[in-house]
Amino acid sequence: MTMTSQTADMRLDGNAIGGLLLGVFGVEMTGAMATCGSCGMRGALAEAEVYVQCPGTVARCPACGSVLLRVVESTERTWLSLEGIRTLELPIATER
Amino acid sequence: MTTGWLAAEAVEVRRETPRVRTIVLDVPGWPGHRAGQHLDVRLTAEDGYQAQRSYSIASAPGERPDITVEELDDGEVSPYLAEELRPGDRIEVRGPIGGWFVWGPEDGGPLLLVAGGSGVVPLMAMARHRAASGSAVPTRLLLSSRTWEDAIYRDELADLTGRGDGFEVVHTLTREQPDGWSGYARRVDDELLREVAWPAHAGARAYVCGPTSFVESVSRGLVDLGYEPGKVKTERFGPTGG
Repeated sequence: MTMTSQTADMRLDGNAIGGLLLGVFGVEMTGAMATCGSCGMRGALAEAEVYVQCPGTVARCPACGSVLLRVVESTERTWLSLEGIRTLELPIATER
Repeated sequence: MTTGWLAAEAVEVRRETPRVRTIVLDVPGWPGHRAGQHLDVRLTAEDGYQAQRSYSIASAPGERPDITVEELDDGEVSPYLAEELRPGDRIEVRGPIGGWFVWGPEDGGPLLLVAGGSGVVPLMAMARHRAASGSAVPTRLLLSSRTWEDAIYRDELADLTGRGDGFEVVHTLTREQPDGWSGYARRVDDELLREVAWPAHAGARAYVCGPTSFVESVSRGLVDLGYEPGKVKTERFGPTGG
């Protein structure tokens, strides 16, 4: 995963926050299926639109653009909002 | 999978292109990885300042984790990894990370791998995994590079094609082509995809990795060709690199 400075390429996807989510949840999350609370679209978190250049990290629904989750990390704590996710399905047996 | 940081030592550094190097890492306690996963690298300066970036793993499962790093002009971490790091140097890594953008022979095919520039790295892990496991899944890798000199892994990709086990590589060179070049010489557009991609009715599975604009135009093009959206997996590069 390398960097480009083009504005069009500032939008990433959920693969880019696999490490961040692993730190928060303790399990692999990019394959977790999230249902958007706004439009009902169901998809892997890997497919979410992710913006990491904000203060913190924002993931949006790829179908309707609604905010799914926000994460802000500081040296003291991690702040997590799952405001836009109606349901989250995690596979029981994620190997490794 | 591990959530903690592991000490890693660079044991070998290989130049791939003028701006890209592969770093072979020895990571005691590495839990193993799947093809397509990445790892986080953390560098700590003498004054305690830390910088962290994510890099795709290039090596096949069962091997030490190699990362292939492109130097970026405004990067904070990549110039160090791509130019300064020497064998024996130590860094910290965390991973493997990601369980969605992964492929194994059990997932079947035919398999279409489409890469823009260093987006080839996780797809190379898949190609190496396929070869190492003796899989005969028909596989095409379409690699878009600026010039022939910039085409990462070009010799090894030619070797993989030469095995005659159903692996093919198709290059397109977008900026400059060597004399006598008979391959594609333009960006990956819908017509090029139609010529290179497996027909949609074959039930093909596609993995697309590169800059965001590249990934989005290719994945849209594949769905237009009739690929099931659920069988087109994408990974975008961007500002978590550098």
